[in-house]
Amino acid sequence: MTIGIISAAYIAAVVLFILSLGGLSGQESAKRAVWYGIVGMALAVIATVLGPGIGNWFVVALMIAGGAVLGAYVASRVQMTEMPQLVAALHSFVGLAAVFIGFNAHIEAVDVAGLDEAARTTLTGFAAILAHKTPVELSIMKVEVFLGVFIGAVTFTGSVVAFGKLAGKLDGKAKKLPGGHGLNAAAALLSLVLLVLYVNGAGAWTLALMTLAAFFIGYHLIMGIGGADMPVVVSMLNSYSGWAAAAIGFTLGNDLLIVTGALVGSSGAILSYMMCKAMNRSFVSVILGGFGATAGPQMEISGEQVAIDIDGVAAALKDADSIIIVPGYGMAVAQAQGAVSELTRKLRADGKTVRFAIHPVAGRLPGHMNVLLAEAKVPYDIVLEMDEINHDFPNTDVVIVIGSNDIVNPAAQDDPNSPISGMPVLEVWKARQVFVSKRGQGTGYSGIENPLFYKENTRMFYGDAKDSVGKLLPVLA
Amino acid sequence: MKIGTPRELWPGEARVALTPESALQLQKLGHDCVVETGAGLGAGISDDAYRAAGVSVAADGGALFAGADVIVKVRPPTDAEVARLSGGKTLISFFYPAQNAELLARAQETGANVIAMDMVPRISRAQKMDALSSMANIAGYRAVIEAGNNFGRFFTGQVTAAGKVPPARVLVIGAGVAGLAATGVAVSLGAQAYAFDVRPEVAEQIESMGAEFVYLDFAGGQQDGAATGGYAAPSSPEFREKQLTRFRELAPQMDIVITTALIPGREAPKLWLADMVAAMKPGSVVIDLAAERGGNCDLTAADERVVTDNGVVIIGYTDFPSRMAAQSSTLYANNIRHMLADLTPGKDGVIVHNMEDDVIRGATVAFEGGITYPPPPPKVAAIAAQKPREKPREPTPAEKRAQETAAFKAQTRSQVALLAIGTALLLLVGAYAPPAFMSHFIVFVLACFIGFQVIWNVSHSLHTPLMAVTNAISGIVLLGALLQTGSENGLVTVLAAISVLIATVNIVGGFLVTRRMLAMFQKS
Repeated sequence: MTIGIISAAYIAAVVLFILSLGGLSGQESAKRAVWYGIVGMALAVIATVLGPGIGNWFVVALMIAGGAVLGAYVASRVQMTEMPQLVAALHSFVGLAAVFIGFNAHIEAVDVAGLDEAARTTLTGFAAILAHKTPVELSIMKVEVFLGVFIGAVTFTGSVVAFGKLAGKLDGKAKKLPGGHGLNAAAALLSLVLLVLYVNGAGAWTLALMTLAAFFIGYHLIMGIGGADMPVVVSMLNSYSGWAAAAIGFTLGNDLLIVTGALVGSSGAILSYMMCKAMNRSFVSVILGGFGATAGPQMEISGEQVAIDIDGVAAALKDADSIIIVPGYGMAVAQAQGAVSELTRKLRADGKTVRFAIHPVAGRLPGHMNVLLAEAKVPYDIVLEMDEINHDFPNTDVVIVIGSNDIVNPAAQDDPNSPISGMPVLEVWKARQVFVSKRGQGTGYSGIENPLFYKENTRMFYGDAKDSVGKLLPVLA
Repeated sequence: MKIGTPRELWPGEARVALTPESALQLQKLGHDCVVETGAGLGAGISDDAYRAAGVSVAADGGALFAGADVIVKVRPPTDAEVARLSGGKTLISFFYPAQNAELLARAQETGANVIAMDMVPRISRAQKMDALSSMANIAGYRAVIEAGNNFGRFFTGQVTAAGKVPPARVLVIGAGVAGLAATGVAVSLGAQAYAFDVRPEVAEQIESMGAEFVYLDFAGGQQDGAATGGYAAPSSPEFREKQLTRFRELAPQMDIVITTALIPGREAPKLWLADMVAAMKPGSVVIDLAAERGGNCDLTAADERVVTDNGVVIIGYTDFPSRMAAQSSTLYANNIRHMLADLTPGKDGVIVHNMEDDVIRGATVAFEGGITYPPPPPKVAAIAAQKPREKPREPTPAEKRAQETAAFKAQTRSQVALLAIGTALLLLVGAYAPPAFMSHFIVFVLACFIGFQVIWNVSHSLHTPLMAVTNAISGIVLLGALLQTGSENGLVTVLAAISVLIATVNIVGGFLVTRRMLAMFQKS
């Protein structure tokens, strides 16, 4: 296959990728969009495999087949509630691959540099590209390799830690080694020094040492970020994996990699920005972990939490005409989406208006709740986002809050000293009655007391969300 | 301690401050109970019923006052009753110390402690002994029943074979406890209820009872009830005028008007004037729950039923709770019982008159020979003060335009600045980097730009699929790995092979899981 045809295939792939991302603007077009992505990827891979410079056919075929089987297996087995973990795990793969490819580029460059002129002309593939580089280009390539490995390494350990936290294998709380961000800064500084050394001809040890430093940064950075900030972390890692791919693209002189990496990178960056905005926090403060210092004492909360039993909730639901359900991470943890969907079906069958209000940072992944509800066959046109539904709460009879806390905290609006002050929240307390399904009387991730639970129109519906909703179903019949 | 309940001497008073049920509870606190013979008859409780509950029966008031340490009753004591008090005794009853200064002075002289049930502060903890509220609730209920008794038609609208009946229209003025109770009863009887109050924050409560809140279009006249402990305060003359105009509009439409407006420590405000009564339809009913304090209606006569020339019935009874003596005795006795429970913290029959306690301090008007009225303000605010809600001022069109232009200019400035900085940086890179790098760099920048443009349009609910798709396509590093598999260096081949494997997992896994997710999104 000639370079021309390969380039044509690459252009087609790029267009298809852009269409694929653009198609996600609506649920229906998204179903087509994913096919664009698949076809684009297939084109790119086939063109590359058939193009010049590919050897070891057998190994390539074996690895692709093995990877495909593994990928298909994971994709078919994963529970929808485990999506955040899966996405994080997949990011780590991209990161690791980027590290390996960067290493390879370095090794090849060293090999090529050792050859004489005659041998250079016989080279093929990547080595041939290297052989034709001028000294300036080689220095630039070294920077690219270095960057690619650095970003890839941070993505790798960062994603592994994020996976551990999301899968519950690591403690979800923010943890830092003594020295805090100083350690990260020191590691980053060390990497910068190593970069200068590397470009000026120091050996492979600089690359290796930098990789270790980057591994540490990825690990320590994400360890220092707590559970509720995970949507930002995951989309940030998504962005990093894109930048890593772009850096590799520069190294290899491959425009398709550059374009795709840039698309993914900017996509992740925008998602991170959206998530931060939804929490009214700056990106930097999320990445540096922990909540900022508060200006003064938090407002005292008076009153008490009043519990309610199943019959009480059922009676209120029977009387209600309009109901809004606010799901949060607790619903995912309790796997309650099926029961919630059943509840929705029952209430809708009785002619009641049932809608869902989704806060942008509900769950541990952008759009997490939407996917869970979709899995449980809740129609997507009754699932609304915060801005669409927030002004409807005053006209709502009953709001059921299932496993969310900070995103329905009135302190964000009322208490200027609250750590989450100014964060946009769902104004559930404006509804006539609010039921909060919660495991017990604890605070949420952020450790902030929620005055909602003490409001006069709030009743606490203690218990595991799945059990509680499940028990509610027969009573409603 | 011995708790004694005398017979009420006030004419027509049928309530009693102790019931057999409350007596049983008091005995659990370690107290003995004694009741004057015949005290419960008005509420339908015989002496035998008291005896069955372990209450001893005293032959007359004198014996009762002599034997009891704590006297509990309903109405304020008569002079004769005060004379029977002495140091060390405690009297618990309604007292109205503001109106009965003389009586209070006399009670003080005896050295007895006096707890006024009408002075219990309105805080959450004290609700169980808030006798004013429990009595007002009954009064509100009874007011509607009394109105129904004097109203010649249905409350509820009906369409029958014999003709159509419109529902009665009921206006409740003053949505305190009594007003809300009346509203609720009127609604549940099927009437169309309207309610008015000077405190705009009760609109929600009124609407929650199923009635309509009568709004006044009055700027600046809204008062915050929280500042006055949940009670209404006198309104400005302008506000009053506005209010009366609104009532005049409503008068001809209303079948039943129930007025409950009271301001603590003052005469009842006149809200339903003679001309409004004149405008009402014959057969309409006005129930004035404020009759005891002069009445909200011009034509009210206390304790009387007046029929005007145009056939409007005006009822000014002052004994609504007493007219439901069995019910009100039960609730009042419970209020008393809760008060005594607070006074007996050890549940050992020993009264501890703790003047540090907000509730007890607030209700005590005479203590150990001194007058302790009025009480200092309670330590806990009764009701959280409402924050002043600033209405966002509507900007004028000119201001709006100016704002928009300013925003546009600022946006332009920042965009131009960014572009300038970007161009400068690019020029800097271009000056030093080789052409091959620049051509890639252009591609990179353009791709970032396209990415930003495209991603903003992605629907919020599809963010998870978006992440999965971008994940899959970031597996494009596979290409880099593929290009390196042909290397002659063994280590390179191995690393490249591993990269191919994991990148493929990424691609296949990412796309398949996206497909799975998207297939789940269904329209209803």
